[in-house]
Amino acid sequence: MIELATRKSVRRVPLGDAPEIFDVSPDGKTFFASNEDDAELTFVDTETGKTTGQVKVGKEPEGVKVSPDGKTVFVTSEVASMVHVVDVASQKIRKNITVGKRPRRFAITPDSQELWVTNELGASVSVISMKDYSVVATIPLTLKGARATDITPVGLIMTRDGKRAYVTMGRANHVAFVDVASRKVTDQVLVGKRPWSLALNQDESKLFVVNGLSDDMTVIDTAKAKAMVSVPVGRVPHTVVLAN
Amino acid sequence: MTMPLSLCLRQFFVLSFCVFFCLAGQAAVWNVTLLEDTNAPDLEKPRLDRAYLGHPGGPASDGWSQALEDARFELESTHTQINWKAVSISTMEAARAASQQAEKSGQQALVVNLPAPWVAALAGAVKIPIINVGAASDSLREVHCQRNLLHTLASDRMRSDALAQALVSRKWLQVLLLTGPSAEDRARSATAQASLRRYGLKVIAERPYKISTDPRERDLANTKLLTSGANYDVVWVVDSDGEFARALPYNIQSARPVVGDAGLLALSWHAQYERYGAPQVSRRFAKTYKRAMTQQDWSSWMAGKAVSLAAGNLPKVAAADLLTGLNQLSLDGSKGIPMQFRPWDGQLQQTMLLTDGQGVIGTAPVEGILHPRNTLDTLGADSNEKRCPNRS
Repeated sequence: MIELATRKSVRRVPLGDAPEIFDVSPDGKTFFASNEDDAELTFVDTETGKTTGQVKVGKEPEGVKVSPDGKTVFVTSEVASMVHVVDVASQKIRKNITVGKRPRRFAITPDSQELWVTNELGASVSVISMKDYSVVATIPLTLKGARATDITPVGLIMTRDGKRAYVTMGRANHVAFVDVASRKVTDQVLVGKRPWSLALNQDESKLFVVNGLSDDMTVIDTAKAKAMVSVPVGRVPHTVVLAN
Repeated sequence: MTMPLSLCLRQFFVLSFCVFFCLAGQAAVWNVTLLEDTNAPDLEKPRLDRAYLGHPGGPASDGWSQALEDARFELESTHTQINWKAVSISTMEAARAASQQAEKSGQQALVVNLPAPWVAALAGAVKIPIINVGAASDSLREVHCQRNLLHTLASDRMRSDALAQALVSRKWLQVLLLTGPSAEDRARSATAQASLRRYGLKVIAERPYKISTDPRERDLANTKLLTSGANYDVVWVVDSDGEFARALPYNIQSARPVVGDAGLLALSWHAQYERYGAPQVSRRFAKTYKRAMTQQDWSSWMAGKAVSLAAGNLPKVAAADLLTGLNQLSLDGSKGIPMQFRPWDGQLQQTMLLTDGQGVIGTAPVEGILHPRNTLDTLGADSNEKRCPNRS
């Protein structure tokens, strides 16, 4: 845990051998971390740092997303190609949803109607209904001149108004702009090598994309759909988070 | 009070599990036989202890069971059960008989970790799908290929094509080839030369070697003499046994790298591969089997993945449907790219890893090598070569 004011690490919470991604409950009391090596979703009390629950999921769990009401946590399993729907109160899996190959990260529409998930080896995004947890659509990602096998989407983020989603296309070295309502790709912006995670600034005018294999971060003007600048960062950047 | 209650609860769970499946009536049970020679010279302890790079690290049942454990969630959600048994055999005749017996007793698939001639013999004797996880000989993909025979282990030619790509991309074009004494060495040396020709490299000389301390044989055995009197960029050693190649790097006449079966190798897998979720797979394997995951382990793991995925996609249990299903799969082998069994020879296309044994130096297909359809098909026999008579 890092204190933003001092930028110092103030505490460590043991999470097993290979914690991957986490999300925090709406009340801030619990965080949920995927644990790759143990194939578990771990519940941790933010106050005490104690593990309060463990749920066995499919191998290599990755993306974690808490529903806006805090009652449900979604976890992807890269090996099982599934999204696990985990009930927070009972700490049990309520449903396993089969999606595309190697599912990675999530976004939830602001009206809480849809859960989106990227499929890294499926070259697609699966759209899941939050009502019955069925897959209602699969959005294929394509790029002129690139083969399907070179399109490996991972990062996914949605604007606050829920009108647009941004998806990193991995080896295809582009970020796709997706119109959420029509589920169609509107723009594709060239970035660095193997773009991974992304973040939006406060007014959503700029999109920050970290490029895992070129050690840099590209800043995109979202209105113009143009890359403004790429700045060097550390080695193999994985995730970008903006502190306002 | 607690004991009887917990017992009672356990019984309840077992019962409810059965009721669920029995009522649902959906649990499709598939039967698979894994054939391997657990007494094979390659699997003997002193041999395993030497841990020659590219050689097996243990039985095929390890990778296979790891894959089924990994697939637990998928199998449960598709109500698929895979029952398997390992059968150890020690002769070609026994291999053929065991295969026929498996087919007759209603098994839907065979997974085989056996020498190439045995695989050729049994593949012609049955119709059920067979996945070869241990024999790299190209003859099984060419003259002895069969419609029902699939391969998850990369062929010798895929390995040498990968290495040739690595050399040509570095402009190390002049190759001194050292070939061992066994029949396997001679076949693999011919394969290596085909790869060198494919990528425009030049064999400046091919020299046979022999392990010996007899002074009368020093021209064959002395690594300095073997590698002198010629100008070359690399020494490519073909040594299926492993002992000669291991001591070759740094013991040659010129300051040049060694590739092939020592120095830089092209393999299906290496436990130090750091990308695309590979470390998680290697760590899971190491945790269970207390050893590093080899390319043979990856191949048997892929066989387990392929069978569980194909079976889970099928509505009813039938060997013929399983073969069709396997041929249609797009597989995730934790190498970053979906892979398929090639329709023209049953070989699983795949990325190859270039390794010196300590880490992964690069991958093949190397950047810049192109192919009209799928760059993975620049490794191994391509469709237009039509080398498999039973599949054209």
